[in-house]
Order: sequence, then structure tokens, then C-alpha cells
Amino acid sequence: MSVERDPLHDEPRLEARAAQWRDRYERDELPEATTDSGIELEPLYLPQELDEGRYLDRLGFPGEWPFVRGAYTSMYRGRLWTIRQYAGAGTAEETNARFRYLLERGQTGLSVALDLPTQMGFDSHDASARTEVGRVGVAIDTVEDMAEVFRGIPLGDISVHFTVNATAPMILAMFLVAAEEQGVEWSQVRGTVQNDIIKEFIARKAYIFPPQGSVRLTGDIIAFCYRQVPKFNPVSVTGYHSREAGCNAIQEIAFTLLAGIEYVQHMLGRGIMVDDFAPQLSFHFSSQRDLFEEVCKIRAARRLWATIMRDDFGAKDPASMRMRFFCGGSGASLSHAEPINNVIRGTLQCLAGVLAGAQACHVPSYDEAYAIPSEEAALLSVRTQQIIAHESGVAKVADPLGGSYYVEWLTDQIETEVSALVESIRASGGLLAALERGEPQRMIRQAAYELQAAEEDGTRLVVGQNHLVGPGSSAPDLEGLGKVEGVSRDEADRQTDRLRAVLATREAARVEQALAQLRTAAGAGGNVMPAMIEAARARVTIGEMTEVLAGVLGRHREADAS
Amino acid sequence: MTAGPGHRASRARILLAKPGLDGHDRGVHVVARALRDAGFEVIYTGLRSTPEQIVRSAIDEDVDVIGLSILSGVHLPVAAEVLEALGREEVSIPVVVGGAIGPRDALGLREMGVADVFPTGSHRRELVDRLRRLVDEWPAPSAAGGTDAGTA
Repeated sequence: MSVERDPLHDEPRLEARAAQWRDRYERDELPEATTDSGIELEPLYLPQELDEGRYLDRLGFPGEWPFVRGAYTSMYRGRLWTIRQYAGAGTAEETNARFRYLLERGQTGLSVALDLPTQMGFDSHDASARTEVGRVGVAIDTVEDMAEVFRGIPLGDISVHFTVNATAPMILAMFLVAAEEQGVEWSQVRGTVQNDIIKEFIARKAYIFPPQGSVRLTGDIIAFCYRQVPKFNPVSVTGYHSREAGCNAIQEIAFTLLAGIEYVQHMLGRGIMVDDFAPQLSFHFSSQRDLFEEVCKIRAARRLWATIMRDDFGAKDPASMRMRFFCGGSGASLSHAEPINNVIRGTLQCLAGVLAGAQACHVPSYDEAYAIPSEEAALLSVRTQQIIAHESGVAKVADPLGGSYYVEWLTDQIETEVSALVESIRASGGLLAALERGEPQRMIRQAAYELQAAEEDGTRLVVGQNHLVGPGSSAPDLEGLGKVEGVSRDEADRQTDRLRAVLATREAARVEQALAQLRTAAGAGGNVMPAMIEAARARVTIGEMTEVLAGVLGRHREADAS
Repeated sequence: MTAGPGHRASRARILLAKPGLDGHDRGVHVVARALRDAGFEVIYTGLRSTPEQIVRSAIDEDVDVIGLSILSGVHLPVAAEVLEALGREEVSIPVVVGGAIGPRDALGLREMGVADVFPTGSHRRELVDRLRRLVDEWPAPSAAGGTDAGTA
């Protein structure tokens, strides 16, 4: 739709009036402002020239190239984002209860938190696991635990995300077997395994095997899923953890795109066509404090990914160019002082994600600095999403901030800065090479140090914590915050009892054969998934599976990073 | 056994450790840099060290303080294991713990003999000052925390 314009009068008049406004503004000598990530901001943004061709090329429509305005045509009118709160702790039984509690109150997708032994490939009775069983997530030793987690939850009816990376092959195998034992075909299974091992080396640090072998496993899952589990997202390329570890929004997007590029290159190297696997790739970003920056970074990311897929990798299917993402509200942006304030912070984070067009959201619980979420805090997170979805009206129109002079300028500016960082790392060999040299890790540590300094000297204001602090601000009522001290040792003992029972009843010969087959698959460079699935069926434990892979791939130890 | 205050003219040495399986290392790197900037010699164990490895490194490196960084909630059992391991080796090195620690657990840690606790939100300046004082005054005459874990 074009607008009648008088080229002789409109532009000069706008320019002249803008200059006059600027003069009046500058009389007050007001401070400069930047986004949280350091982009300098004008006090006001004006329309850039309207150009139909430029609009179609740079913005377009939701669900179409270049996807800036949204991943899907009908966006939230067609389907609301999934309310997917990260949950899980203790035993499978306790986790199942929490899942059912949340589902009964309107959560629409599941996101499974696994304990550290499960993430790191240790069985619950292992010496390394003793103090950590069930603390930060659910303990999964065998497929029996996986089945218990989903008791009464039909896996054909709900999508399930697992935050699992190094042990993604094991957990996916157990999940598929649990579905199968529920009578659900793999073709109907929906969900995601995070399976983004590159960001583990950079930020999250829950790696087991060295980088090259780890990427091979990531690729095995992608290759297996695109044919066998087509409704499943085999990877969620994640910037969240780099951002939580301290980097800024530009770096967050850049590192994510670069990791995505590594995985795509790896898959193409296996001889798989880009349009075969790319539509199943998904993404995960943080949502922090600066609302407009968080919205615009996503819009820029969608445009950049679409461009990379079409122009660099020759994708033809629009689904290969479409960036779908999960919005993880930022725990690092919350305060430890006056924790109730975090309810507001979580609300704004979710709002940013929704305005940016997220496919699924998680709102961190307000007691995040002290504990895994109490039932009350978890429910409040679900209600936050539901109030935004059903009461605020923001979901009624796709990309509602589109066309804002500020938003379009900031989207372009972020794209420019992200592009520059992406190109510079690509030019020096890509993200895998850069992480072997420690570069993204150093950038993140530097950013984290600067943030610490800014919070301590008050440059970065945290209300109720370093700003406008009243008496008693830093002494929250912990008694009211639910389960602060972590899972009871009773539950850990019950888990080891469960494990012992499974070990006693499984078929030894089948286990031996499964382990041998897994060893062969791992060593021969084939896809480990079929052997992993057979091992899951045989009730092989996660620790046993990990030992086999470690025997072939080795174990990674981070070079002294300080 | 590490001698008392003023025994060395050179800089204070601290071992920073990440025990357990926790991979959250944003805090320990901030602390490492703050301490180095303040003149400490910092030795970092890297991720996922066992209590035995931590104590072994502390002895081998002849450090003045051991700092444990724990964000996964296992601070009570892990601190206990480190203190026990120190006791078995019959060395007296103060242990401090940083991480996601609420007031109740902080008290529990002090009661078991941990010399100081730095929960989320601790400032670098204060951390540096308290550690300097700890190094200068160790072994503490009558520690505020119950068991005299300083002498073996």
C-alpha cells in the first residue's frame, strides 16, 4: 500500500522540523542512553522512507521470507505459544506429580529438568553422583525412570522438551522406548532434545566427550530423527546460556547463529540434503531486561538465519529458513534481594518473548536465587503466561511492534552488529575453531566481569537490590519459599533402591549384547541411535551407556580457563 | 601444617575449586579475576573436582585458603567432605564457600567449620577484604563457628 507523497515538500519539511526538535531537546543537556548491550540510542526515531520494495525485502509477512515479522502465517491467532515451564526434581514419581500439577492448571507443553548425574552420564549409585541425585532435576538411570516420569501422560498428546546435551542420545533413546511402551508410534512423538553441545563448551559446561566426537553425536540424533521421528526437534540451538553466563544480546545471537552454521555444515558433510533436516532445527534464546532490545534481537535473528540458510546453504524449502524459538526468561536478571519483585521481572521477560513471536515460553520462578521452584512459584509462572495470553490482548495481532520507528531501526542495527561478529568468527574458521582457542569463552567472561562491576558500582540498577533499597530488603522470608534445602536424602535413597531393583531384574545376556552393539556402532563411526535404543530397551543404565561412548570418544577436560 | 599470620612475605595464595558436577562457572571466574587484581595468587582447579583432588591440590600448591564455588545446592555435604579430607591429611587450611546459599545453610556451613560464606550478591571489595583478613588471622583464636576445625 503506497502513500501519496510530495517529494518536493515532505522530506525537507521533516528534516527541518526534526532539526528544530533536536535543538530544543539538546538545550537540556540530558544524558546519553544505550541498550543493555551497549547500542547507542537516539531519544526519538523517525520514519525512514517508505519503499514498497524495501518493505517486502526487509520485513515481508509472518511465515514468509525473510520471517522478521514471525515464524508462522497466523501466529498466535492460529496457535498460542506453548506454555512450557522447566520442571523436575527428585525421583520420577515426584516429577510426574509436578508435571500433572502444572498440566492440570494449563501448562501446554513439558520441559524436563534432569539432575546433574543424568546430564553428566553417572548412575545414581555412582560415587560422583551421591550428593547430587535429584537436586537440580529428575534422576533418570534407566528407561524405567523415564516411563515413571510420564505415567498417566500420553506421549502422543503432548510435546516434551529435554534440557539434555552430552547425554542426549541416551535420554532420547529412553524417551522413544518409553513412548513405544506406551503404544505411541515414533512418528507421533513430539518434542525436543536441546542437544546443542557447542554451547556447553562455550558457556554451560555440561560436556562429557571432546568437541569433535560430541558434534558427531549431535549429528547422529539429527540424522536419526529427520527420518524416524519427523515431528521431533532434534536440536535446540541455544544462546540462552551464553547470555546467562554474561555476554550481551549481540553476542548471544551471533554465537547461536554460528553454532547453527556448524551443525548445518556437519550434516551437509554427511551427505544429507539441507531441506531434509533443516526444518526440524529449533532455537532457544534468553529474555532479559531491555524489552525492546530483546524483541529486536529476535527479529534480527530470524532475518539473519533465513538469509544464511537461503544464500549460504541453498535451502529452497521455506521451512528450512524459518527460525522457531523457545523463549527462556532469564534467571540471571532476577534479584536475590526482595525476591517477590522477580514476579514483575518475569512478566516483562515473557512479554518481550511474546512481542517477539516466541513459539514457547518459560517464566523463571521468583525464588530462583534460592531454590528450584516451589509449587506456588511454579504456578505463578504459568499464570503469568496465561494472563499475558488471555487478558493483555498482545497476542491478537502478529508482530505488533513492527513499524515502530525505533523497533525497525534497532532491528537493523542489531542485525548489522551481529552480522559483523558472525563474519569475523567465520573468517577465522568458525565457532568450533574459535572455542578451541578459548575466544567466545573469554568474551563471555569479560562481559560477566563488566556486569559485576556495573552492578556493584550502581551503573546497572537493580531495584530493591542496589537501588532504592529499604531496610530488610535482603532478608527474604525463606520459610515461605518452599523447598529451599533441596531434595531430601530419602528420595535419593529411594532412587538408588529403584536402580538396584532394575539391575536385579534385567536380562544380563541382553544387556551384554546391547553394550557390545553400542560399542561397535560408536567405534565404527555409524549412527549410535539404533544401538542406543536397543540398549534402552534392555534396561542398560545411563552410566553404562556413557562408559561405552567414553571408551571410544574419550572424556574432555577444559584447559585452565582462568 | 600452614603456619600462622605473617609467615610469608609473598602474596596470599588461594585455591578456587568447583566441586561436584556443577558447571556454573560465571561466579568463580569473576572471583578469580577480582582476587588476582587485588594481588592474590589464584589457582583454579577447573570443573568437577573431587574433595580429595581439591585437598591434594591445596596441599601441593601450599595455599592459604580454599574457596569452593557451588551453585547446584550441594554445598553442605560437599563442604563437609572437604573439611573431613583436610582433617584426614591433618592440615589446617581455612575453607570458604560461595554460591547459591541461603541464610539457614550459611549458618550450617559455619557451624561445621567453614570459615566464611559468600552467598549470591557478594561484592568483590568485601570478598577481597574478608579473605585478606582471614589469611592474616588464620588460625582464628576462637572461631565463631563451633568446632575448632583450624587445628588438627
